[in-house]
Amino acid sequence: MSDYRIQGETGEWEVVIGLEVHAQISSISKLFSGAATDFGSEPNSQVSLVDAAMPGMLPVLNEECVKQAVRTGMAMGAQINRYSRFDRKNYFYADLPQGYQISQLYHPIVGEGEVVVTLDEKDPDSEQKTIGVERIHIEQDAGKLLHDQHPTMSYVDLNRCGVALMEIVSKPDMRSPQEAGAYVRKLRSLLRYVGSCDGNMEQGSMRADVNVSVRKPGDEFGTRTETKNVNSIRFIQQVVEVEARRQVDLIEDGGTVVQETRLFDAARGETRSMRSKEDAHDYRYFPDPDLLPLELTEEFLSECKASLPELPDAKRARYESELGLSAYNAAVLTADVESYRSFEELLSVTADKLGKSEKDIATSTANWALSIAPGVRNSLGEDADLSHDTAEASAAILQMQAAGDISGGQAKEIYEIVLKTGREPAEIAATEGLQQTSDTSAIEAEIDKVLADNPDKVEQYKGGKDRLFGFFVGQTMKAMKGQANPQIINDLLKQKLG
Amino acid sequence: MAGGAGVSGRAMSVDTQTVLKIARLARIAISEDEARALEPELNNILGFVEQLGEVDTSGVEPMTAVIPNTLRLREDAVTDGNKRAEVLANAPVSEEGFFGVPKVIE
Amino acid sequence: MTEFTDMGVAAIRDGVRDGDFKAVEVAEAFNARVEKAGALNAFLVTTPERAINAAETVDKARADGGQLGSMAGVPIGMKDLFCTDGVETTAASDILKGFHPPYESTVSGKLWEAGAGMLGKLNLDQFAMGSSNETSAFGNVVSPWRRNDGGDAKLSPGGSSGGSSAAVAARLCPAATGTDTGGSIRQPAAFTGITGVKPTYGRCSRYGVVAFASSLDQAGPMARDVRDCAIMLGAMAGFDPRDSTSLNAPVPDWDAALSGDLKGLRVGIPREYRVDGMDGEIDGLWQEGAQRLKDAGATIVDVSLPHTKYALPAYYIVAPAEASSNLARYDGVRYGLRDLPEGADLQEMYAATRAAGFGAEVKRRIMIGTYVLSAGFYDAYYTQASKVRTLISRDFQTAWADCDVILAPTAPSAAFGLGEMVGDPLTMYLNDVFSVPASLAGLPASSVPAGLNKQGLPLGLQLIGKPLDEQTVLNASLALEQRSAFDAKPQEWWT
Repeated sequence: MSDYRIQGETGEWEVVIGLEVHAQISSISKLFSGAATDFGSEPNSQVSLVDAAMPGMLPVLNEECVKQAVRTGMAMGAQINRYSRFDRKNYFYADLPQGYQISQLYHPIVGEGEVVVTLDEKDPDSEQKTIGVERIHIEQDAGKLLHDQHPTMSYVDLNRCGVALMEIVSKPDMRSPQEAGAYVRKLRSLLRYVGSCDGNMEQGSMRADVNVSVRKPGDEFGTRTETKNVNSIRFIQQVVEVEARRQVDLIEDGGTVVQETRLFDAARGETRSMRSKEDAHDYRYFPDPDLLPLELTEEFLSECKASLPELPDAKRARYESELGLSAYNAAVLTADVESYRSFEELLSVTADKLGKSEKDIATSTANWALSIAPGVRNSLGEDADLSHDTAEASAAILQMQAAGDISGGQAKEIYEIVLKTGREPAEIAATEGLQQTSDTSAIEAEIDKVLADNPDKVEQYKGGKDRLFGFFVGQTMKAMKGQANPQIINDLLKQKLG
Repeated sequence: MAGGAGVSGRAMSVDTQTVLKIARLARIAISEDEARALEPELNNILGFVEQLGEVDTSGVEPMTAVIPNTLRLREDAVTDGNKRAEVLANAPVSEEGFFGVPKVIE
Repeated sequence: MTEFTDMGVAAIRDGVRDGDFKAVEVAEAFNARVEKAGALNAFLVTTPERAINAAETVDKARADGGQLGSMAGVPIGMKDLFCTDGVETTAASDILKGFHPPYESTVSGKLWEAGAGMLGKLNLDQFAMGSSNETSAFGNVVSPWRRNDGGDAKLSPGGSSGGSSAAVAARLCPAATGTDTGGSIRQPAAFTGITGVKPTYGRCSRYGVVAFASSLDQAGPMARDVRDCAIMLGAMAGFDPRDSTSLNAPVPDWDAALSGDLKGLRVGIPREYRVDGMDGEIDGLWQEGAQRLKDAGATIVDVSLPHTKYALPAYYIVAPAEASSNLARYDGVRYGLRDLPEGADLQEMYAATRAAGFGAEVKRRIMIGTYVLSAGFYDAYYTQASKVRTLISRDFQTAWADCDVILAPTAPSAAFGLGEMVGDPLTMYLNDVFSVPASLAGLPASSVPAGLNKQGLPLGLQLIGKPLDEQTVLNASLALEQRSAFDAKPQEWWT
C-alpha cells in the first residue's frame, strides 16, 4: 500500500521494518512476585525479596499475566501454544538483579497471528494492509538506573523490576514510517480493547525496538539494525526515516550496514551505535530450572476466549451494518477504547430516555458525539469542566431536542452551560429560557395572524414566489419570540399555503 | 546428534584466549597466568563430558520436569513489597532509598 | 541414663515429651559439646541462645499442656545453605560474608515450627560445590573419624554437607539438615557412618535455600539412624506455594509406617554400577548388603540401568550450567562482598567482586557452565545432556517393572585424606559416580552405614526408590540398618 521510497544516488530504495513492541501487561502484581506494579512509587518500595534476587528466592507465575497474553494473542487470531516454557536470558547489568531476565525464547506462549492496519484510520477508503505477527512472549521488565542524582554513582531502583511485559514481535512486513505508525496505533488500540495493556507510552507501558533495513525494490532483505526502546509513535517513525537514510547513504558511500543495536537520540534526531559489548549477543539462553513448562488447559483457553470483548474491526463493521452509521463515523468511533465506550454509553442512556431503539437514534447520537459536542468543548477550551460531561447530561439534551422542546442551537447553549457549571440540562432550559414550543395550536394561531396580516405576500407566494416561505417562517418565529419549534412552523405553513 | 562444536565425538578444547573470553562473559576477573592454569583443568573436564556425544538421543526429548509436575499459577494480588529497609539492609552501598553502583554511562 | 549428646532425635523428643528431662538440659549439653569441637571446624556460626530459646519454648509448652511438635526439644545443626532470619548465611563463600537474610527458608522454618532448635550454621563446600568440604572459604571440615593406623591424618567428612556429617557423627548434634545436588547428603553420610536421606525432587521446598543447581537441589535429613531421618524428613517435607517445583502431594507419616520387614519386596542390583577397578571391600559390602535385605524377606533381582555411565558427564554439564546462571546474582550490588578497584566501572566491579568472592572450585564450575551455554555450544552440550537425563530417568522407569528399590554403593571409596584429591578436580568429581544418577532422575535415595573397611573407616550403602516412595527407601534402609548393626563411633580426639 505504500510507495514510500528513499531517493539515493543510485536510485530508489525500499525500507523494510519489523517491530518488537514491549507492552506492559496490566496486572496488579508482578510477573513472578507479589509486589505491586503501580507507577511512580517511592524507590525500591515495590520490591519483594524475589525481585531483589536475594539468595534462595524463587519465581511463582502470575495467572493474570498468562491470561492477558493469551487474550492478546486471541485478539490477533494467533496460534496459542498450549505448551510454553520460560528461559533465562543471561547478562550482567545493574538493573537486572538476578543476572538473567526470565523470558521465553524457545517456546513462546503465542505463535503466529496478524494485525490489519489502515494507513489513515479516519479515512474509510484508505487501503488496508495485513501485518504478520511472528510471536508474543512473556518476560520480566528490568529495574531503573538514575544517573544524575550523585556525582560518582548511579542509583538503582528496582520498582519496575519483574513487572510483566509482552513482547509482540512483528514480521518484517512494514515498508514505510506511516505503516509502522499505523501498526503501533492499531496494536495499541487492540491492547486497550482487550485490556491487556494500558498503552500509555508516556509512562513506558509500551515501547518498541525498531528493526530497519533497506534494499533495492525486489532485492533480498538487507542487513538490519535494531534501535532499542523507542517510546512514542512519532519517534518510531522518525527512527525509520533517519535510520533508512543513514543506511542508504552508508551503502552508497561504499560501506556496509553492521547488524547492531542502536539508540535513538531524540534531541538530535539521530540513531547511534550502542557501545558494542562483546557478549551482547551471547545471552546463554536455557530453560529456567526454577519453573516448569506452562501447560494451558482447554478450560483456561475457553475462559480467555469468553472474556474477549468485541474487537475494533468487528465493532466497526457492526456500527455500519446494524446501527447504520457512515463508514467514517464507524471508523472514528471505534478507533480507540474511550470513544466507543463513551458513545455506547450515550447511545444506551439516550435510547432508554427516548424509549427508542439504538439503531433509530444512532446517527443523531453519533453526530452529537463526533461533531456537535466536540465543537462546543473546543470552543470553551479551558472553561469546560469535563467532569460535568456525562452521558446522562448529553442524553437529557438529546432527549429535549428529540421532543422538540429545544432547538439545535439551544442544545449547544445548554451543553455549554452544563460544561461550565454542571447544572441540570432541564433546569437550564427552563431557567435560561432556552426552550421552544411545539404547541401546535399556539403556533397555528400565530401563523394565521401572520397570513392574515400579509395577504399580498400570500398571493405572491401562491403565484410562484417560493422565496417568501422564509419570510412567513421568520414572522411566525418573531411572533413566538423565537421559541417555536421551526419544524412545526414549517409543517403548518406548508399545509396552510397548500 | 548433529555434528559441529561441542560434544560431537570430536575432541574439543579451549585455549587461553577462550578461557579469558569465558571469564569475561562470566564476569570473573582473571589474569593470563590464571587463565593458563585453568586451561588444562577445563579441558580435562570438557574432555570427560565429551563422551555424551556417543549417546544416540535422536527422538529423545530433553528433560523438562524432573518429576512429572505442572506449573502452578498464582492469583494476581499484592502480597509482597513495601519492605525497602529489608531490601536494602545488606547492600554494600545504599543511599536515599536506592542501591548505589559506580556511575554508568549509557 | 545415656548422655544427652549420645541420644538421637526420637530419644530426645520422647524423653522431653515424657518428662524424663527438660529440653533445656539437652540444648545445654549440645551447646557445650559444640563449643569444645572447634578442631572439627564443623560450625561456621554457633547460635547457643537460639537452641536454648527453642528448648525453653518447648518446656513451657509441655508445662502448659500444649501440643508438642514432631521435633520438640531436639536441637539440630543447619547447613549454611539454608537462609536463617537474622543469622549470617554465607554458603561458605566470601562473597556472602556478612549476609544476614531478612527471611527464613521454608525447610528451616518448618523445623522450628516442629519444635527443633538451632545449635548453629554448619560448614559446607562453597555453594555446595564439592565432595570433600575442602572448597569452603572458612576452612576444611575435619572428619571425626581417623584411620586405624594410629596416625593422625585428617580425613574428609565428604561433601558438600560435610559440616553436617561431621557434626552428627561427632555427636555435636543429633541431626542436621543437608542438601543433595549430586550426592551431597549421601556421600558425606557414607564417609562418616551416619544415615542421610535425599527425598524425591520437590518434596522439600527450595525456598530460601541458596541455589546451586535448581533442577537437582533437594534438602534432606542427616542423622544417626533411619528412624531419626524419617521423623526429621516428616518435619521438613511438604508442599510450598513459594517454590514452583514443589510437589503438591500429601506427606505420609513415614515414621509410623516404618518397618524392616521386606517380605515381597524386590530389590534391584544394577549391573552397570559394578565398575572396573571397583574397591573390593565396597563390592563385598554391597553383596553382603544384598544378603541382609534378602534375610529381611526381600527378593534380589538383577536390573540394568544402561545409561549409568553417562550420568556423571551429563551432571557435569547440567549442574554447572544452572549454577553459572544461579550465581550471577552475586554481583556486589545488593548484598555480600563488593570489590571496587580504584576507577573501576560497573562491569569491572562485577568481575573484581566475583574474582575476590568466589573460591576456585566455584569459579571453575561457573566457567564450565558459562562455556557450555555459550553461543554455538548450547545444543551440543546442554540439550544433549538434558536428553541423556531423560534416558537415565527412563532407565529407572524400566527397572521399576522388575524391582521396587535399588541397592548400590553410595560412593566408590571410603573417606579420603584432606588434600589428597585437591589437585585433580576430575578425580574428585568421579566420587559422585554412584550418587548422581538418582539426582538426575529426582529419585528418593538414602545412604546407610553398613560396615567399616580395613582401615576402620565407615562405608555406606545406597537405596534408591521410585518417585515419592520414600517409605520403601526408608523401610529397606531400616532393614539394612538392623542387620548391619553398625555401632562404630569415632574416637574422640578433638576435645
